[in-house]
Formats: sequence, structure tokens, C-alpha cells
Amino acid sequence: MTTIPISWYLAVAAVLFTIGTVTVFVKRNAIAMLLGIELMLNAANLTAVTFSSYFRELAGQILVFFVMVVAAAEAAVGLAIIVLLFRHRETLNVDEAQLLKL
Amino acid sequence: MLKALVLSPLIAAGIIGVFGRRWSERLIAAIGCGSVGLSMLLAFRIVFGDLWSRPPEERVIWEPFFSWIESGPLRVAWGFHLDALSGVYILFVTFVGFWIHVFAVGYMRGDPGYARFFAYMNLFMFMMLVLVLADNFLVMFVGWEGVGLCSYLLIGHYFDRAYAASAAKKAFLVNRIGDFGFALGIILIFATFGTLRFSEVMGAIAMQFPEPEGWGEIGVLTTIALLLFVGATGKSAQIPLYVWLPDAMAGPTPVSALIHAATMVTAGVYMIARCSELYARSLTALFVIAVIGAATALLAATIGLAQWNIKKVLAYSTISQLGYMFLACGAGAFSAAIFHVVTHAFFKALLFLGAGSVIVALHHEEDMRRMGGLKRALPITYRTMLCGWLAIAGLPPFAGFFSKDEILWRTWTSPALPEPWGRVLWMLGWATAILTAAYMTRLMVLTFEGEERFARHAGEMAHAVVPRESPPVMTIPLLVLAVLSVVGGWIGISEAYTGGRIPNAFEQFVRPALARAPMHPDHLVAGASEPGHDLELGLAAATALAVLLALVWARRVYQRDPLRPAPRLLENKYYVDEIYDALFVRPIVRGSTVLLWKVFDVAIIDGAVNGVASAVAACAAVLRRVQTGLVRGYVVMILIGALIVLGYFVFVGGQLPAR
Repeated sequence: MTTIPISWYLAVAAVLFTIGTVTVFVKRNAIAMLLGIELMLNAANLTAVTFSSYFRELAGQILVFFVMVVAAAEAAVGLAIIVLLFRHRETLNVDEAQLLKL
Repeated sequence: MLKALVLSPLIAAGIIGVFGRRWSERLIAAIGCGSVGLSMLLAFRIVFGDLWSRPPEERVIWEPFFSWIESGPLRVAWGFHLDALSGVYILFVTFVGFWIHVFAVGYMRGDPGYARFFAYMNLFMFMMLVLVLADNFLVMFVGWEGVGLCSYLLIGHYFDRAYAASAAKKAFLVNRIGDFGFALGIILIFATFGTLRFSEVMGAIAMQFPEPEGWGEIGVLTTIALLLFVGATGKSAQIPLYVWLPDAMAGPTPVSALIHAATMVTAGVYMIARCSELYARSLTALFVIAVIGAATALLAATIGLAQWNIKKVLAYSTISQLGYMFLACGAGAFSAAIFHVVTHAFFKALLFLGAGSVIVALHHEEDMRRMGGLKRALPITYRTMLCGWLAIAGLPPFAGFFSKDEILWRTWTSPALPEPWGRVLWMLGWATAILTAAYMTRLMVLTFEGEERFARHAGEMAHAVVPRESPPVMTIPLLVLAVLSVVGGWIGISEAYTGGRIPNAFEQFVRPALARAPMHPDHLVAGASEPGHDLELGLAAATALAVLLALVWARRVYQRDPLRPAPRLLENKYYVDEIYDALFVRPIVRGSTVLLWKVFDVAIIDGAVNGVASAVAACAAVLRRVQTGLVRGYVVMILIGALIVLGYFVFVGGQLPAR
């Protein structure tokens, strides 16, 4: 059985990360930006797991657990902010949320 | 026992200070007087019961208390040292202090600060006892500063009046100048001898310096002696630092009697007597002390002749009498100085309390121009003050006569003073004695004789003044002190009066604790024989006669015209306050305003603080532009930052740590 070379995994991760980055850049919708961030995080997770298995080292996989926990927390907080933003402004466009600017 | 004696007033001060605010005056008075009374009983017991019964050379009681500072070679412990000198001091301090406390019970009646007053008075008694019973310089310094603090607090008792508050500050600040010299002296003693205990320092001086430092030589002993004397001029109100004492009369009269007449101001004399072994080895320092003492005595007596405030007259009189004590110290007659301290404590406390009784009777009128004719209304006060008047004037057989004549005689024959200074200073002292008689007579005539001048001002004061004799709680202390002003001098009658058959009892008692006067080279060359009793009696008679004439003459002059104007120069106290104001106060105020305030404080310190703040504000004004409020702008920045970090690792430092 042939193993899939490591570069494939990394390529998938790179593609995922780029999609996430572009999403965050291009989209003005807050939920879409949040999705992009999740994509980037998962790309990073994939890289960590890949290297973890390649080097036979568990630290990378453990790191991924932490990233997933933080990502879940971040998604919860982010969605709560988005809900509140929508209630006040009737919009999800982040360019209109600049009340703190002087 | 010494511990109980010292701590009793401290404990009472603490109790009154904490709880006294809610207590009745009666309870506060009982605790305040009781603690001092206990100290007095213990002092009498320990001095007469223990110290007195020992042979003269062994009259030293030392009680260690606790170790205080141990830092390298500096070892200071609290310990109490009782010898004949401190024995005399604790006797009269607690005795006079107790009766003044009793007087204050009546004097302060109804005062809103009653508890505060007694708490501070008791604290003062504690500090004074620490000062005289300390066995080393540092603990003495604690007492020295402590009495200064209490003096400040009590001068400022009526702190809601501006003059009292500023008088308290003046006393404190002037004393600081002296205390600076005292502290330097203590440091120099430690640097020279490596210890601060009196017994060790004096022993080391006796060992290392068998001969006194020569005339005009400024060696280490003279330096120490003069530095300590600077401290004494502050505390004991001598030239040039006497200016605080007249202003200190802003405090309640019992405070003036206790602190600014009987006890605290004699601390300088005590310190010099305590260090007599040191002073007896510096002819230069002794000469300086004698000259300053005599000059102060004369100067203050002339000012006292022209003051209208009854307490100010007594204040200048105190300065003048303190000058006598320093004259005696400078002449090397330390026992005569201590003798005068004791008799002065009796009659000056009496005079101040008498003045207090008059002031209360006239509803706090202190100006003698509004007194007069009080002889009939205040018979007890008048008669007791008569005793004080004759005692301070120095008529035999009143107390002041014996001590003052002892001083004058010792000055005339002093072996420590260069020729002919002994006789010059005797002349000054003699002139001061005459002036003393004159200004005290003026005070008595203005206050008690002639027409009643206070009634005339009844309209101004909104209610007519009907002077009434003070209650027994005030007159009994007057009577006790009056008796002592008469008989108090009999403890030190010079042997000349008995042709040498009965030695001077007081001198015999304190002699073991004091050093003998050194010999000035002038006297060695002259080789004169010991001056005889006849000369002493002759000089005493001359002084007494002059004083008597001065009394009679002054009485006639002031009875004829009580309000005769005094020379402006004297009434304005030689403009010394104005001169100090121009020489020191104004330059300091100007320097502080222009340099320290406007330049250093405002420009440099405030400038630094405000400069930091405005620099931050300026940077922030620029950096604020970065915060656009556009989330996607931040995302760009995060990406650029990430790319820079990544680029750095890829192109510059791309070496992963070795595994």
C-alpha cells in the first residue's frame, strides 16, 4: 500500500488556507468572515496533524485539540457579537460597524 | 522603679489621648495629675530612699531597659541612669510638674481641648524624664526632640488662632536649627569615641585627653562641645536662637510655666552639665558659653523692661535667667548652674502661675496696661507673687539670692576664663541683676498696684470685669511654690556665710556627677591665692544692696507713672525679629518662591511630568490614524504582519532549531 506523500496534505492545507484568507478579505458579511477564519484554522490544524504523523510526535495532535477548543469558543463569542450587531444595526456589513473610530 | 517613674506619665498620656474625649474633666484631671503625682512620689522615694543613703561616690543607679539599635559598631540601648545630677532634675521636674498640672486643672476648666491638653502635658513629662534619665546621647536626643514636639503641640493648643499656630511653627523651626547642631555633635562623638553612652564617652575623654584643649585651639573636643552648645542655644533660648521663646507664650499659661520656664528650657543646661567632663576640657568652648550666656542675660533683661504683655516680660526674664545658667556653665561652675535651674524652676513657675491666675481673673487679658490695682481683688495671688518677685530679684533670704550670687561669685573667681573676663562678665551679670529687679518691680506695680485700668475698658469688652480670686485648686500650687521660692535656696547656702563651717550642701550633693573647672593659663601664671570668704560676702552684699536700691527706685518710678513709655528700641526687641526676617526668612522665602517653586518645582518637576504626558498625547494623535474602525483593514494589517514574519524566516533567519 502506497502512502500518500506529505506534500499532498500540505497542498490541501495551503489551498484551504488561501480560500479562508480570501474569504475574510473579500466578504463584508460578518458570518462569511467567520467562516473564512474557521477555514484558516482548520488548514492550520491539518498541517499540524500532518507533521505530527510524519515526525511520529504527538505534540502536534494535542495542539490541534487546543485549537479546536479555542475555535469553538471563538465561534460562540463571534456569533454572539454578530447577533448583537444585527439587533442594533440591522446589518451584517462589518464596514458599517465602526462606532469606536474617532 | 525608674521605669515606672518614666512610664507612668506616658501611659496616662495614652489613656487620656485615646479615651479622654468622652470623659469628664474631673476624670481626666485625676488621671493626668495622678500619673505625675505617682512619678513625683517615686522620684522622692528613689532619690531620698536609695540614692541619698549611699556614699557620695557610689550614687549611681543604672537600670537597663531594652536594646534598641544594633547596627555594626553602633549599639544603642534604652537605659536609665540616675546620679546626683539627674536625681536633682527628676525631683524638681516631677515636683514642679505635678503642681503645675494641679494648677492647670483649674486654669483649663471649660476648655474644649481639655483632654488633648492633659494628654500632651503628660507626654511632655514622659519625654522630659527620658531626657534627664537617658544613659546615652541618642536616647537623650529622643527626649530632647520629644519635649520639643510637645512644646510645639502645646504652644499651638489654640491652633484655631493664627498667632498661636505660627508661634508653634516658629518654636519648632528655630529649635530644628539647634537640633541640627546637636545631632552633628552626637555623630562626631560616635565617630570619635565609637560609643554614645555617657559613662563610656566621659571615661574615654578622661583617658584620651588628660589635659584640656588649649585656649583658642579648635580641636575635636572643642568642636563637639560647640556643636552640642548650638543645640543648647536652641532649646534653652540663648543668642542667637532665643527668638522663639517670647512667641511661645501663645500657649496656655501652665504650658509657659512648665515647659517654657521651669523644665524644658533648662534642658540645655542639663546637657552641658551632663557633658561637663567634655566641656571642662575645652577652654574655648567654655569662654564662648560664658560670653553668650552673659550677653543673653543682659539683652533679654533690657527687652523685658519694655514689654507690655505680662507673659512676655516673664518670657524675657526666663531667657535672661537661662543666660545666668549658661554664664555659670561657661565659668566652669556647673553645680551653681544646676542650683539656679532648681531655684529658677520654683520662682519662675510661681510667677507664671501667678500671671495665669491674674489672666483668668481678668478674662484672659494679658496686657499690663489693662491691669492695675489687683492687690485687693487677688490677695493670695498678690502675696505669693511677692515671694516670686523678691526671689527672682535676688534679695536675701529668698531662693534666687543664693543661686544668683553663687553664679556671680563663681564668675568673678572662675579659673576657666581668661583674664580679666571673669570680672567683665561679673559686671554684666551684676547689671542684669539690677535690671531684673527693675523689670520685675515694673511688672508687680503695673499689675497689682495703682488704679484699676481694666474697668475703664469694660465698655469695649462688652461685659464689666470683676476680678475674683482663683479657686483653691489654683491657689494651693501658688502657695506651695511660694514657700519654695522662699526656702528653696537654703539647700545651697555658700559656706562663706558660716565662715566655712557648713559646706554648701547642694554642691556637695551634685559634685560627684560633675567635672571640676579647668585652669586657664592666665591663672597659672598669676599664681593668685584662693579668693577668700570676705570677698565673696562683699560681692554678695554689693549685689544685694544694688538690687534693693533698684527695687525701691523702680517702685517709686513706676508708681508715679506706671504707663511711662519705654524706648522704642527696647519695645521692639532691638528689631531682632525684623533683622532675622530680612536676613534669613525673606531670602529663604524669595529663594523658595523664585528658584524652588517657579523654577525647580514648576519648570523642572512639573515640566517633566507634564512633558511625558504631552509626548504620549502627541504620539497618540499620530498613531490614532491607524485605528480606522474598518475590520477588513485590520485583516490586511494582520496578513501583512504575518507575511513579514514568514518572510523573515524564509529569506533571512530561516533556520529551524535543531532537534
